[in-house]
Amino acid sequence: MADVIYDNAAVNAALDRMAQSMRGKDDVVDLIGIERGGSRVADAIQQRLEETGCTVQRGDLDISFYRDDLDTIGSNPEVRPSHMPHDVSGRTVWLVDDVLYTGRTIRAALGEIFDYGRPDCVRLAVLLDRGGHQLPISADVAGLLHAADPGCSVKLVSEGDWYIEQRRVRS
Amino acid sequence: MSAVMQHLFGIAQLSKNQIEHLVNLGESFIELSRRPIKKAPTLRGKTVINLFFENSTRTRTSFEIAGKRLSADVINISASTSATKKGESLLDTGETLAAMQPHVLVIRHSIAGTCEFLADFLPHTSIVNAGDGGHEHPTQILTDLLTLKTQAGGYDGITMTIVGDIAHSRVARSHLLAAQKLGYKVRVVAPKTLLPSHIEQYGCEVFHDFDAAIPGTDALYMLRVQTERLTDNCSFPSIREYHEAYGLNSRRLALAGDNCVVMHPGPMNRGVEIASDVADSVRSHILDQVEHGVAVRMGVLTALCGSAPDPVKRTPRRELEEAAMRAQGKLL
Repeated sequence: MADVIYDNAAVNAALDRMAQSMRGKDDVVDLIGIERGGSRVADAIQQRLEETGCTVQRGDLDISFYRDDLDTIGSNPEVRPSHMPHDVSGRTVWLVDDVLYTGRTIRAALGEIFDYGRPDCVRLAVLLDRGGHQLPISADVAGLLHAADPGCSVKLVSEGDWYIEQRRVRS
Repeated sequence: MSAVMQHLFGIAQLSKNQIEHLVNLGESFIELSRRPIKKAPTLRGKTVINLFFENSTRTRTSFEIAGKRLSADVINISASTSATKKGESLLDTGETLAAMQPHVLVIRHSIAGTCEFLADFLPHTSIVNAGDGGHEHPTQILTDLLTLKTQAGGYDGITMTIVGDIAHSRVARSHLLAAQKLGYKVRVVAPKTLLPSHIEQYGCEVFHDFDAAIPGTDALYMLRVQTERLTDNCSFPSIREYHEAYGLNSRRLALAGDNCVVMHPGPMNRGVEIASDVADSVRSHILDQVEHGVAVRMGVLTALCGSAPDPVKRTPRRELEEAAMRAQGKLL
């Protein structure tokens, strides 16, 4: 059984807050979404930033080739190529993901970003921080907080109305 | 991926889903080779050995680059420099290398079935067939499918015309197998001396007149005349006569539709199976095939390393031999 823990209104309000805190002094913001959920969140934030007159440089990363669990989960059946049209060297870039859990995805994404160039600064924005970090990685901007049980899967549903659901996968 | 795959012997072993998965996986790796820093850590700590008993530049280099760009350690062994020259048997070479605990052995050999044979004795190593005699060359077919998918609007329902030395071509054979699984049509064009008997069993159309096979073709696939395998002096007329009858020139290319692409698994002989101007034309995707070859091999190595069993204690060869014979019903 899946429980909706944040509904469409709560998610949209969180996205508004995130866009507000990510808008710096600069009028150009670099956003890199992590496929696939993170890219949807980055799309939503890009739209909000552009409405305030900001220019957004977008990129998307698929971190499948950078994961450390190839042996345990096997190769990902659905990999999308990364798309990084802008040079990240010397920039402050925002890494955007939907749910922050162990931090392993972010670790992999950091590795991949640095294969494209040498950014000045990398910041992390997540829609939901569910706790349970296993690495010294935390979000600079988190739209929502929810301390989830390790036996639960928490995910963003971004078709039609957006909401975040929690589902027990093991006891 | 539906089933875990330890080895890649040929197209025959793969399901439609597995073929499409490997092609898609390859597609996602194309971009990696176009980055300024062409390296991802996917296969860090994995060892890949390229064991080539036949000469090959592009396939071996392609596997080597694929492995290295994914951070695997790649070792190349060619027959001319190996202990085979000193009289070591194939099985001993295989067991020796397997004892060094590589994850993947990429093997090319002139004898069909080499990979399956070795796999019976090396249960903890993944084996990739990089061409075995006239049998199969699966990574070339996956490469071609990726080129068709990205450069020609897909392979679904297309008509591919394969021209040349069909009898000695493992590439042609693998394409015929893939075509049956994926539902594209194959026409084969060759003089009778270069066609195997009973080729119709693969459900292909057979032509001896090249011009007649061209209309309606979506991909013209030219094969190299493998002079090293044509040792009987009577199946091949002369280069000039062959080029006249079976070479792809601009006159013939004009008979094909505007969207027809030209492909060749390489190495090509200009002026024999393909005219120089055709090889260099915009319709030719020969160099795309080479680029996609690296991406597809990255995908294959990733798929195998993602499912390879851990190296464990070796089983004595005697036991393995007996088990293999028992399985085939040969042991009483």
